[in-house]
Amino acid sequence: MPPVRTNVLALAGLVTAAFSLACALQVAMPRDERDNEPFDLMQTLLGDSRRMFANHFFVKADAYFHSGFYPTIFDNRESFETAHMASDAGVVEEKNKGDEHSFLGKPLDVFDRFSRNFFPAVHTHLDEGGAKDHDGLDGHDSGHEHKEGEHFVGDGHDHSHDEVGQGVREILPWLKMSSSLDPSRVETYTTTAYWLRSRLGKSREAEEFLREGLRRNPRDAAILFELARIFREDRKDLERARNLFEAGISSWQKTEPPKKEPNVFLLHQLMSHLAQLEEDSDNDLRAIELWEKVKLVAPDPAGPDLHLRDLREKMAKKPAK
Amino acid sequence: MNNILAVSSVVMREMYRRKDFYVLLILTVLITLILGSVNLFNDSNIVRYLKEICLLLIWISSLVIAITTSARQIPAERESRTIFPLLAKPVSRTEVLLGKFLGCWLASGIALVCFYLFFGIISAARESGWPLGSYLQAVTLHWFMLAIVIAIALLGSLVFAAPSSNNTICFIVIAGILLIGRHLHKVAVGMEQPSRGILTLLYFLLPQLGWFDVRERITHNWPPLDVGPFFLALAYALVTASVFLFAASWVFNRKRLQ
Repeated sequence: MPPVRTNVLALAGLVTAAFSLACALQVAMPRDERDNEPFDLMQTLLGDSRRMFANHFFVKADAYFHSGFYPTIFDNRESFETAHMASDAGVVEEKNKGDEHSFLGKPLDVFDRFSRNFFPAVHTHLDEGGAKDHDGLDGHDSGHEHKEGEHFVGDGHDHSHDEVGQGVREILPWLKMSSSLDPSRVETYTTTAYWLRSRLGKSREAEEFLREGLRRNPRDAAILFELARIFREDRKDLERARNLFEAGISSWQKTEPPKKEPNVFLLHQLMSHLAQLEEDSDNDLRAIELWEKVKLVAPDPAGPDLHLRDLREKMAKKPAK
Repeated sequence: MNNILAVSSVVMREMYRRKDFYVLLILTVLITLILGSVNLFNDSNIVRYLKEICLLLIWISSLVIAITTSARQIPAERESRTIFPLLAKPVSRTEVLLGKFLGCWLASGIALVCFYLFFGIISAARESGWPLGSYLQAVTLHWFMLAIVIAIALLGSLVFAAPSSNNTICFIVIAGILLIGRHLHKVAVGMEQPSRGILTLLYFLLPQLGWFDVRERITHNWPPLDVGPFFLALAYALVTASVFLFAASWVFNRKRLQ
């Protein structure tokens, strides 16, 4: 039997050989593009399954948007196919059907009826006050629209809409988690940015987050659109907003047409916002040209058509320059 | 009653000498504080994710404490043969069982108070209000749910051969009930007979542990429960725990201890 020292030396020799071979192979292997990216623990641990978790956290954020009133896999999810927090933000087209108030259906038995006392069973939205402001009537406290800054009464106290909407901050941790798990999921960036700037007044954070999204998804039209909205609505920097809207349209035209189902909703958003911007800047001819294009992509052309008529009438009344 | 209290005090003393509770409490505190220190868009008022994670950790910890403690009570007494001198005293097997149950339940209750106190501090540090009524309801419902869990684990400790198998089976069954128990009837409705009948029967026979889980309400600041459903749920817990304790007592009285 060889002495212990011989065994230890043999083992050390083998470990050194294995390590040297691994280093040699690493150098010889063709370099992947991803080698230049920073080390991502989630990517290493979860691989591609992280996309599934990203979706889970995105849905979780929407459940928070409803203060926990959310269908499980055992319930009818027709009215929650599109996340309400994303459709309310105007970043995705809503494809929900059915009644969002009554996905639970009628109680099947006495246990089912009784169990509804112990979990949230009323439909509310965080941006409208959430659980705090629900009026206690099953499923009829939400869905009404409030104008920015309007005062309304919920639990007997007056709240400004801005104050009430602050609760929407609670969806942010899950959206951030979702974006770190799947950086290619664009609606996470756009939804987060919308709520950050519109209800929390954090346009700087929203811009930073969108720029992070743009780094991961270069020239993405949806992110450019949301970025343009920040410059137009928050910074009042119409020149940069115009450039970003135009960059968004150009990017859309390069990437979307070859797709089986191009995102026409996004093009409609980009064009109508740009048209409105031109109108606000008194570039009426350019605005008319854009509204004509909006008509072609709008789900209901009657709206832009009516707007065009008003715009032309307004132009006719203006003294000629 | 004196015998039951005497046995229960021994169980409680034993539980607080063990490190399980302290380790779980420290882990819960550490994980919650680390998650709370994350900077989320420079907004220090975000709290619900923290409340949810903290409550989840509390639920997991409480189940671990309750199941592992109650599952080892009688097997440990048998293994160390201390059950014989205990039963040689003027104390019945049912009293021993009830003492074990009461000890585990009270000890779990004290552990729960510590956990929820930490939860309350974390919430108060970030939220303006402190909904004491909702928190008291949550801790009471949680504690009564543990009564059912402890009774099931005690019954399991008399039926299954080893505490490890009892622990595993109890964890799987209780986690299963908590996760999908409430939905069994919905699933059954879409099935054909006889699976439909079997699943519906199972739904009505299984303890409805979901009634005691008001984490969603606490996390999202829903108002406290109405008094009626709250007390009805507590009564249901007592009745269900009694059923399992009765079954455990019946098995224990017929069991050969050699």
